[in-house]
Amino acid sequence: MAESCSMLGGQALEVRWHGRGGQGAKTAALLFGESALDTGMYIQAFPEYGPERMGAPVAAFNRLSDKPIRSHAGVKNPRVVVVLDASLIEPARVTEGLVEDGILLVNSNVEPAELRKRLSLPPGIKLYVVDASKIAMETVGKNVPNTPMLGALVKVTGILDFEPMMVAIKHKLAEKFRGGKEKFVEPNLVSIRRAYEEVRC
Amino acid sequence: MILAKTGNEALAYAMKQINPDVVAAYPITPSTEIVQIFAQYVSDGKVDSEFVAVESEHSAMAACIGSAASGCRTMTATASQGLMLMHEMLFIAGGLRLPIVMPIASRSVSSPLNIHGDHSDSLASRDSGWLQFFCETVQEGYDTLIQCVKIAERTSLPAICAVDGFILSHCMERIETFEDKPVREFIGKYKPNWNLLDIKKPILVGPATMQDYFFEFKRSQIEGMNKALPIIEEVQAEFKQKFGRGYGVIEEYRCEDAEAVVLLMGSACGTMREAVDEMRNQGKKVGMVKLRVFRPLPHQVLAESLAKFKTVAVMDRADTVNAWGGALFTEISSVLYDSPTRPKMLSYVYGLGGKEFSLADAAAVLEQAHAGKKEDLVTYIGVR
Repeated sequence: MAESCSMLGGQALEVRWHGRGGQGAKTAALLFGESALDTGMYIQAFPEYGPERMGAPVAAFNRLSDKPIRSHAGVKNPRVVVVLDASLIEPARVTEGLVEDGILLVNSNVEPAELRKRLSLPPGIKLYVVDASKIAMETVGKNVPNTPMLGALVKVTGILDFEPMMVAIKHKLAEKFRGGKEKFVEPNLVSIRRAYEEVRC
Repeated sequence: MILAKTGNEALAYAMKQINPDVVAAYPITPSTEIVQIFAQYVSDGKVDSEFVAVESEHSAMAACIGSAASGCRTMTATASQGLMLMHEMLFIAGGLRLPIVMPIASRSVSSPLNIHGDHSDSLASRDSGWLQFFCETVQEGYDTLIQCVKIAERTSLPAICAVDGFILSHCMERIETFEDKPVREFIGKYKPNWNLLDIKKPILVGPATMQDYFFEFKRSQIEGMNKALPIIEEVQAEFKQKFGRGYGVIEEYRCEDAEAVVLLMGSACGTMREAVDEMRNQGKKVGMVKLRVFRPLPHQVLAESLAKFKTVAVMDRADTVNAWGGALFTEISSVLYDSPTRPKMLSYVYGLGGKEFSLADAAAVLEQAHAGKKEDLVTYIGVR
């Protein structure tokens, strides 16, 4: 845990998730928080609640720290922004408040260089891209990009050790899919592993 | 056990461990997820509780009153409009001295319609004769709900355990939970003083009481609340001894040599701690006083704590609509009026309907408190 927390540098890591209602931004934030907890960190995971409709833009947040988290203010200047749906990039102003040397992780099938140009990203921002929708279709059989994006997020932040996190996530997914939907656990795990391997900058 | 739980999950989990005899609740919006999660515990056979799904919050509290009067350990949960609909029944539970325990996700009240966190619902219930606790974190919510059972039963008063709606109720945090067994040992078996169903000792509950005795009943209820403070302190001490975590009715944060302090309740205390630390790094002598127990108002404890400061800024997360300051501000001002030294009082209203309260907002309040003055009688933080 000591090593994986080194990027925190005494500060909480703040993450903002963008998705559309139904894509599981909130679930991903909760799963990410729970996995970090299992490695010994202090965590917060909370959604931004508004009118909840399928397809409407939604956001969710994480704070991770190696010491108790006291603030209950909103996350305004995240170090990492995760975008589950590339169509949100403009309407949701996904780079708003992102710190100058922050990380932008996007679910997209566009080449990173091309996407960077389209977004005219400031040079300090590190852009990572993974086709999480395609991975989800090929593994889970549905466009549920939230779980694979977890794998990509762990890779680009380096904040959690991957294998122990997978053990934690397997446990959480087994709980989530209990009562007849157990068959979804394994494909989800495969999708996380693939996104971890396929994410690029 | 170290777990990640939202406020709603943690409070429902505490309810599971408390394993009340009866839970009567209205299980859909505008109530909270607490009821839904607890209902799952019931159907999974994790609790022995009789779960009564009623048709409204008014009925929920009415059923709780009946249950508690029959000598059962009784709980419910609600929020916002649900608590408003209970309002009539809250006073009856208070007047009958029934130790019903109710976690609430404290939220705004319509209109306009808004589902987010502030203290409007709980503070609107302040005169109903319920103990009221305001929690800063999910952990404190969990710990406090367990304490509430013991406090309510020992004082014969109903208790509200409030966490800020959404800010805590829907925020997942790291908490340390206890095993069921020590929790049940801590709260013990409930031995009611009287029981409506005990036909060997028949009593009359809820009679009409006219001019000759009504005031005496009320006076004795008030005395019950007056005497609750030492019992709360006692239970807090027992909790610390058993579980290691201690809470006071108030908490002074970095107040040792402070000249100015901010007093507030709930989740914003954490943000205020961060701001106090920043100001202290700049050499400014500021601190925070967190009020955890709003009813009974720890009058003397507050007077002793606050009279020593030059300035006290009071922050309300609910407004009184023209009482010139929120409920906390007016009550704290009244606490200090007869003090030998009287601090300068500053009034703030913040965070209504879930309005963001940022670190910068917290720092701005501390700056004004440090300066000891501001222009408006009541400042509405962040309002355009």
